[in-house]
Amino acid sequence: MKLTKLLATAAVAMGLATTAMAEKTKVGFIYVGPVGDGGWTYEHDQGRKAVVAEFGDQVETVYQENVPEGADAERAITQMALQGADLIFTTSFGYMDPTINVAKKFPNVKFEHATGYKTSDNVSIYSARFYEGRAIQGHIAGNMTESNIIGYIASFPIPEVIRGINSAYIHAKKVNPDVQFKIIWAYTWFDPAKEADAAKALIEQGADVILQHTDSTAPQAAAQAAGNVVTFGQASDMGEYAPFPRVSSIIDDWAPYYIARTKAVMDGTWETKSTWDGIGAGMVGIGEISDRVPADVKAEALAMKEALASGEYHAFTGPINKQDGTPWLAEGETADDGTLAGMSFYVEGIEGDVPN
Amino acid sequence: MIQLEKRPQPSRFWSLFTPVIAVIVTMIAGGLLFAALGKNPIEAIRTIFYDPLFGEFSFYYRPQLLVKGGPLILIAIGLSLGFRAGIWNIGAEGQYILGAICGAAVGLAFYPTESVFIFPLMILAGLLGGMLWSMIPALLKVKFGTNEILVSLMLVYVAEQLLASMSLGLLRNPDGHGFPGSRNFQDYPSGHNTEILAGTGLHWGVAAAFIAVTFAYILLNKHILGFNIRLTGEAPRAARFGGVNPTRLTILCMGISGALAGLAGLFEVSGPSGQISIDFNVGYGFTAIIVAFLGRLHPIGILLAGLLMALTYIGGEIAQANLGLPAAAIQVFQGMLLFFLLALDLLSNFRIRLAVKGAA
Amino acid sequence: MDLSAISPTLLIASLMVAATPLLLAAIGELVVEKAGVLNLGVEGMMIVGAVCGFAVSVETGSPYLGILAAMAGGAILSMLFAFLTQFALANQVASGLALTLFGLGLSALMGQSYVGVKPPVMGKVDIPVLSDLPFVGHILFGHDIVLYMGLGLTAAVWAVLKYTRAGLVLRAVGENHEAAHALGYHVVRVRILAILFGGACAGLGGAYISLIRVPQWTEGMTAGIGWIALALVVFASWKPWRVLLGAYLFGGINVLQLNLQAAGIAIPVEYLAMSPYLITIIVLVILSADKSAAPASLGRPFHASN
Repeated sequence: MKLTKLLATAAVAMGLATTAMAEKTKVGFIYVGPVGDGGWTYEHDQGRKAVVAEFGDQVETVYQENVPEGADAERAITQMALQGADLIFTTSFGYMDPTINVAKKFPNVKFEHATGYKTSDNVSIYSARFYEGRAIQGHIAGNMTESNIIGYIASFPIPEVIRGINSAYIHAKKVNPDVQFKIIWAYTWFDPAKEADAAKALIEQGADVILQHTDSTAPQAAAQAAGNVVTFGQASDMGEYAPFPRVSSIIDDWAPYYIARTKAVMDGTWETKSTWDGIGAGMVGIGEISDRVPADVKAEALAMKEALASGEYHAFTGPINKQDGTPWLAEGETADDGTLAGMSFYVEGIEGDVPN
Repeated sequence: MIQLEKRPQPSRFWSLFTPVIAVIVTMIAGGLLFAALGKNPIEAIRTIFYDPLFGEFSFYYRPQLLVKGGPLILIAIGLSLGFRAGIWNIGAEGQYILGAICGAAVGLAFYPTESVFIFPLMILAGLLGGMLWSMIPALLKVKFGTNEILVSLMLVYVAEQLLASMSLGLLRNPDGHGFPGSRNFQDYPSGHNTEILAGTGLHWGVAAAFIAVTFAYILLNKHILGFNIRLTGEAPRAARFGGVNPTRLTILCMGISGALAGLAGLFEVSGPSGQISIDFNVGYGFTAIIVAFLGRLHPIGILLAGLLMALTYIGGEIAQANLGLPAAAIQVFQGMLLFFLLALDLLSNFRIRLAVKGAA
Repeated sequence: MDLSAISPTLLIASLMVAATPLLLAAIGELVVEKAGVLNLGVEGMMIVGAVCGFAVSVETGSPYLGILAAMAGGAILSMLFAFLTQFALANQVASGLALTLFGLGLSALMGQSYVGVKPPVMGKVDIPVLSDLPFVGHILFGHDIVLYMGLGLTAAVWAVLKYTRAGLVLRAVGENHEAAHALGYHVVRVRILAILFGGACAGLGGAYISLIRVPQWTEGMTAGIGWIALALVVFASWKPWRVLLGAYLFGGINVLQLNLQAAGIAIPVEYLAMSPYLITIIVLVILSADKSAAPASLGRPFHASN
């Protein structure tokens, strides 16, 4: 194929050029949203800035925001590779096939795809175990709710989100057997107006804790207006709503990973791997637990964080039954990554069905 | 006192020349914008307009111009026929989605059977899907006299919800680990819209766009239907006296535009995009309306306008990645280009006269 | 499943809030369309209003100045449309679409430094005795001032269109611009004023989202509400009180579906989300029996030498 050949030649030429010029490593980022979304893309861009801060003149970073998934993504990635990027992070699930396609044409460029499941010689995948953070949230939420109703704003019915709901529920239930989850599927990752309405609906139906798997701060604002409702930051710290309603947060912290992988490319030690890191590796950050959380609960939460980080505790530890009552994990058994990755069922106790 | 006087015929000279002026004015205004954002304006303009065509990597970008421009041209050609006859289908985005859904559904139904008949069947399904979706506003218009602008626009949003439902439900990839989105046609040779000549960007959809341009040109200039379309748009009463059946014309124009939009959707989903997903549609249907007007509803004009639009997209992407221009700045830049093109249209349709007030 | 968890008073009160941006944008567009102009740029004007209002209230600390700025922002952007369609006689559909594209980009540029900032809070109108009344107290009183502005605007537009000379001229221009011109009315001037009014209303609607309903600034935060407003005008068959009704219905469907979900009722979300558009199409068909509903000159350009 002519194009492949041309591209490969160009890539080789660029490779030679970069080594000849200087050891400036070029790192590219493809973003699905605007860097100003305050959530998912914003945190990836923070990771990019951390790479710049870490390596200074040794790196050059480029990014492209608002890249639609599909044909446009393939072009954006190719373009970065053509322009001499040595390492490219594609930060949305929908970039999976485009990343693999482009990687075939540029064997000398390294690719990193977030949240996907396809790897190749020069494509690694990485994702974060956000469900570990959800466990801590569930623990705090179960303790703090007085109405025993916890509202959950979910995005799309995919394993990532279902995992989070299950993890939060299991740990809320553990400390508060009467707890009930009310789940709203917003069918969006980011729509402030809709998220605000969803939060209001949950609050009006008695929820005094709101967990969200959508990225805007709109639910925080709704909780603040309501007065007595607890929230948690999602994706970024959302610290402007601390100490209350936001009592803690799950932070996507891509910086350590981005720095490590950039370093690996610089040292020539980069190899394909599948990374699924949690609190331990620092990919999942737990935002400061504010003083509005009772001291003993805070201490327990921090202890759980330690245990999750060290690996001595797994967020899905049996006995756990599936929603229909069939056993899933026996006493002391922990969930395997395969089941977690494809999780499509609720655990026992959650009401309602996963929509499909 | 400046006065405008309508020209009996749009000026040929200005029709050809105003787009050039508009592009130049946009370069100046855009350059100021980029300078205000702290970027080198000359470099930014060069990156947008020159690099994709003649830059170092133009061997890659030139084919991409076809990939990006193909669907725009294909849809805009269909729309232009209706627009000329005063039939306003602005729901091409919805017809594009339906074409993609129907075509993909047919293809996926056969998965993993390999056969040469599958792709033609998908094309047929895509064409019919888009056409049937456009028949809703068409039939409502001829039966009840409802406004087709509004109905076709409403149907875009219905189609978007349908798309979400399909990606999460019926067409979801069973091997996709629970993620939304269908199987990828790039991994299914019988259903894959491949490049006809590798490395040229010329896939079947682009070929269809060129064919559509040719047909539209012949239709408008040589065929009685084309004459009727033009007549209906320019002099509806005369057309009626001349025996043009408005009902048939509406159905025909809406049907053709829907079919072409559906085709564009099918070629996109089975080719460059590869799969049905929630965000499958990226606004080709709406951008095509702008392309149709930029091209002055003329087939050749649309061809050029589609390529120009594609150029700003691709050049804009390069400027983003290389110069760190925000995506929003590119959007504003495109908006400016459209404004100038629309505003300068004045020159081709009207004569500007300096006159003493009251003299006219 | 627990339907009793849904409180009707709270539901009605929140759907009023959810409906207000729609109502404001749609009332503005209604006036524009009554004058015979179809401006598809509502979404663009809304988002520019949203960012202008947000930026000014953050800078000045006054949400009221923000509201004014939002109206000004929307109106200024609509001047572009007015220039294109009324002076340059460009196609209205294309100009409106271009306006939306431009507005989305412009707002994102303007708002870059306001991401993650909290705006000053707009107080609620609290009338001591009234807002404590059972049931109606919560629904009718204790909202923010802009919500009442929306209601007032609806009444005003209705009254002006129906009872005043200005309203008569506006409608005449929309129905038959040649005749209006022959009678000596300034078709272009009337239309420009209508477009500016529409822009200001859309801007206000946008600011309602960024300052009150959410409140925060993020790119693209109007998320298609401007397009729904366009549907709403048609749904209402160009009648102000029906716009109000429609806004509550459209806004209500969304709030209701969220409430039903929270109450544990499984509903096909996508199909419910389609329903406002399908209902609008059905209304269009029903209305088509009444040929007088749509302004006859809607979307047609006017030039005095025509």
